[in-house]
Amino acid sequence: MSDAALAIAPAGVAEHAHAAIEVRGVSHHFKLSGAKLAVLDGIELSVAPGEFVALLGPSGCGKSTLLRLIAGLEAPTSGSILADGESIRKPDPSRMLVFQDPTLFPWASVWKNVATGLEARGLLANQRRRVDEALALVELKEFADAFPHQLSGGMAQRASLARALVNDPALLLLDEPLGKLDSLTRLTLQAELVRLWQRNGFTAILVTHDVEEALLLASRIVVFSDRPARIKQEFRFEKPYPRHRDDAELVALRRSILGTLGLAT
Amino acid sequence: MSEAAVASATVSDPLAAVRGLWRDGVLAAVAWAAAALVTIGLPDVVPWGSVGLFAAVTGGVAAILLALSPFVRRLGHAGEVLVHYGPWLVAVGAWLALWELTTAKFGWLPKPFFSPPHGILNVYVTDGQRLLICIGYSLRLWALGFFSGVVVGYAVGVALGWSKQFSYWGMPLLKLIGPVPATAWIPCTFYFFPTTFGASIFIVALASGIPVAILTASGVGSVNRAFYDVGRILGADSWYLIRKVAIPASTPHVFVGLFMGLYYSFAVLVVAEMLGAKYGLGWYIQFQTAYSGYANVYAAIVIMAVLCAGIVRLLFAVRDRLLSWQEGFIS
Repeated sequence: MSDAALAIAPAGVAEHAHAAIEVRGVSHHFKLSGAKLAVLDGIELSVAPGEFVALLGPSGCGKSTLLRLIAGLEAPTSGSILADGESIRKPDPSRMLVFQDPTLFPWASVWKNVATGLEARGLLANQRRRVDEALALVELKEFADAFPHQLSGGMAQRASLARALVNDPALLLLDEPLGKLDSLTRLTLQAELVRLWQRNGFTAILVTHDVEEALLLASRIVVFSDRPARIKQEFRFEKPYPRHRDDAELVALRRSILGTLGLAT
Repeated sequence: MSEAAVASATVSDPLAAVRGLWRDGVLAAVAWAAAALVTIGLPDVVPWGSVGLFAAVTGGVAAILLALSPFVRRLGHAGEVLVHYGPWLVAVGAWLALWELTTAKFGWLPKPFFSPPHGILNVYVTDGQRLLICIGYSLRLWALGFFSGVVVGYAVGVALGWSKQFSYWGMPLLKLIGPVPATAWIPCTFYFFPTTFGASIFIVALASGIPVAILTASGVGSVNRAFYDVGRILGADSWYLIRKVAIPASTPHVFVGLFMGLYYSFAVLVVAEMLGAKYGLGWYIQFQTAYSGYANVYAAIVIMAVLCAGIVRLLFAVRDRLLSWQEGFIS
């Protein structure tokens, strides 16, 4: 397992293995049948290279939109977002986004799904091994030839993680990736995410509405307000992994975060 | 089953040997034999020809069915297929006997319009050469028309579904022209095309191309946007998104269009051949009707049924192969 994990990051990419993200005064609105719908309001956020940040907030507040902007799928209405000091204008394979739905291509085998990024950039011919390694990393080697509809929800989400990781991203954006999984699969995949983050060293930004998940995975939690989303408060904490949900410090943090969200416990 | 159980079953059940018999097979043999006897035993009201041959064929089928009856359950898959279609075999045999009686033997049904089965068989015997040529001509016209229509329709459909600009100008035209029956263009096409053959190909291509274009466009247009987001995140350019996302994602729609186009193409093919063609099954039907050759008309219709059903079956096989990735797909 660990051999595969190490082998997935080819030598020579180490210098951009993790990215620094600067969100500077970003506001964003959608046009809905003529009317403006503000979703983000003056967001200022710096993420250090290799950091694991969780964005927490009420559902529909605009956290996911922020991830789409950082991924480069859309441009912010105002403000700017920088990755390693360069303005983000379009998607880039160094920044991977994992969605709440696995969104695997149903017509392609798991192997081909994972290979998509390399194939799209014309790298597949020389780097087929990396696909196998990414599948081994998420323990889906035996399912390489399966079609997505034959996978369980957790397996499909692992395949979607492998599809992102095979590109060796410097930044991994996670948009509630475990939101639709059953609680047991969730626990397994939370541990797996930490393991992958520790081994590959990418910067991670996780959107979630699960306080516990944020506490188990991140070293910083940014709490957002209702739409249009503003940053309400940040919580920084250092805790070694693996963490335990009944850890006294985390329980105390959980209480104050829920308080910030307006949910008394 | 243990040996003891087998032994006790044979002892307690003296009919065990008869039970293994394929009852429908015996009944079918009787029905087919009846058809043979009626054909050879009673005189024709009007001579239709090939009486002996038809009696030999039906009698032969009866003999084979009878011979297979005791063993059919030991024939494996082929045997299962035979058993499944047993009732059909009985019905077809009975139908042939009845058909002989009502047409050739008693002449109850109006004469030029109803041919007995051996009359149709006689057409294949006496006019087989010309029918083969007609099949060749029809298949050539159908293949040229259908495939050119599908290729153009598919390309237009992908462009309409993908490009906003193309869709802005193309979609209204397609929506206006699409519903016009392809046959309505016949008078114009005979003017625009130098040859009847060219005009016929165009009409068949139009009939098969339009549903393919419409369904492909709607298929490409309705692809889940998230797939494009995933593709862009992974570093795909537009060309890759068209080839590897839009096209495979829209394939289920495309096949609906292909099946519609296929049925239209058959309909239009026959009409096109009835208008000034020199050969072809449509022409053959038209030509024989003029001479009250109804046996020939039926003979051509039977060939058409087999050809069209075969082509449809082929398209189903292609679809099953290409769409095996779909969830809950029954192949």
